[in-house]
Amino acid sequence: MKDGYIEFRNVSFRYSEEQPWVLNNVSFCIPVNQWVAIIGHNGSGKSTIAKLMNGLLFPVEGEIIVNGLTVSEETIWEVRKSIGMVFQNPDNQFVGTTVRDDVAFGLENRGVERQEMIARIKNSLQAVSMWDYQLHEPHRLSGGQKQRVAIAGVLAVSPQVIILDEATAMLDPKGRKEIMQTVNNVRHQQGISLISITHDLNEITQADQVIVMNKGEVWLEANPREVFQKEKILQEIGLDIPFVAKLANELNKDQMILQKQPLNQEELIEGLWTYHSKM
Amino acid sequence: MDISFKNVSYTYQPNTPFEHRALTDLSFTIPSGSFVAVVGHTGSGKSTLIQHLNGLLRPTAGEVQIGEFKLTANEKPKDMKALRKNVGVVFQYPEHQLFDETVEKDIRFGPSNFDVPDNEIDKRIPEVMDAVHLSTAMLERSPFDLSGGQMRRVAIAGVLAMDPSVVVLDEPTAGLDPKGQKQIMDMFHQLHKEKGLTTVLVTHSMEDALHYADHVIIMDHGTKYMEGNPTEVFTQKEKLQAAQLDLPEIIQFLRKIEETFHISLPYKGQTIPELAAELSLLLKGADGYE
Repeated sequence: MKDGYIEFRNVSFRYSEEQPWVLNNVSFCIPVNQWVAIIGHNGSGKSTIAKLMNGLLFPVEGEIIVNGLTVSEETIWEVRKSIGMVFQNPDNQFVGTTVRDDVAFGLENRGVERQEMIARIKNSLQAVSMWDYQLHEPHRLSGGQKQRVAIAGVLAVSPQVIILDEATAMLDPKGRKEIMQTVNNVRHQQGISLISITHDLNEITQADQVIVMNKGEVWLEANPREVFQKEKILQEIGLDIPFVAKLANELNKDQMILQKQPLNQEELIEGLWTYHSKM
Repeated sequence: MDISFKNVSYTYQPNTPFEHRALTDLSFTIPSGSFVAVVGHTGSGKSTLIQHLNGLLRPTAGEVQIGEFKLTANEKPKDMKALRKNVGVVFQYPEHQLFDETVEKDIRFGPSNFDVPDNEIDKRIPEVMDAVHLSTAMLERSPFDLSGGQMRRVAIAGVLAMDPSVVVLDEPTAGLDPKGQKQIMDMFHQLHKEKGLTTVLVTHSMEDALHYADHVIIMDHGTKYMEGNPTEVFTQKEKLQAAQLDLPEIIQFLRKIEETFHISLPYKGQTIPELAAELSLLLKGADGYE
């Protein structure tokens, strides 16, 4: 637990005293240089977790520690410097009149020197394949293009933690894969943490750790292989598992065909091959 | 209503530095009663296309015909309102458009704007609530107290209350959890069949296109790239990849199995349990080697 970059200690949250708890006694730890996926049904408290992480909301009970600092009114500015966050709906976060200006905004706020700024804008827009659109107006882009620009804005400031709150929901599957790969590469290179809040089942397979939320509580914390073995109960709480995992579980229902829970098609085919060659 | 696009082009902000051509020489026909999926990577022109369907945009060149309504660069239907009443559009994140104090008032807003008599709206409300699987007990509640999935259903109920004959869905399941996604898609599929609607679904999900649509239009760079029956379209791997699209996962997987084990395992709409049974049988008999 001690290497955690972000730590939730018995955090509970509700909007007011008359309202039900949105989060109830939530504890977990996001280690440095790990990819943690948070999944859960709509209303399970996932986005509230994201908002608590950078002090958009404060816990009613418990505490949140980011890089050794307890998140509070006094520390939020320090905390926010290290966290880059992209929300579901990028429309709410554009400030620049062009794509380029918009990415520049975060850099200007941090007082990045001009030469460096130009280089970073170019790199981050190229990383999300939006360099050709640098002079377009952000609000006239398509939903998926807006999300790409918003992600570029976060990559440009090179934070310690990147939080993607369903930030790839409007992208096509291929674009989604590319963006996640880009962000994950950045994570590797810079040794930062990545938190992705998502409904995309295939995205979870690449995470190091998965936190499953249900009704405001941490329902399960495990690696993807372990999560996919709980098909039935996941479906009961409004979730599902990817095609590959479902087929694997179905294959193993009557007889043990696969020795290991596969994460992707390659692993599944490999498992089938092993089984086949023993026949 | 039959829908047809004839050589349609659309340019945003023409003759300005921001000029951007979103559709180029696009032609297709959607016969009344079909369920069509429009697929393409981000920025391929899908959303621009559907804004022509209820006259929010008019083509810069070419002609759009929706039933008896015709849209061209210099011509718009005399009765735009009648077009919009007939074509119900469920936009991305429709719950962001909820505004009224109660669910009922929000649902009434659309039809009453189209001069549907009050007693007729009274009759439709329980029907549309039932169609979106919400209890009428919810009618008096504020839409803002509901969960995300419920809010989306209310917004959809508002569109259905106009009794449209064409329903246009722009990524209707984005942001919903897996269970909610399946429920919403099953609901639209059921409505489509029961009411004999013409349904146009814009989606990134090849799985949904394969599962629900009877016709697929693939968009690329603002123009039609492929068109046809979903199973035929989705088996053309190389062509789809050139448009930055993937095959539906099940078809991808079947392809790999065929290549690895040198067996034939075509896609024929099998469910996962059916596929598992087929696989274990085939692998016992296959004599593949690498």
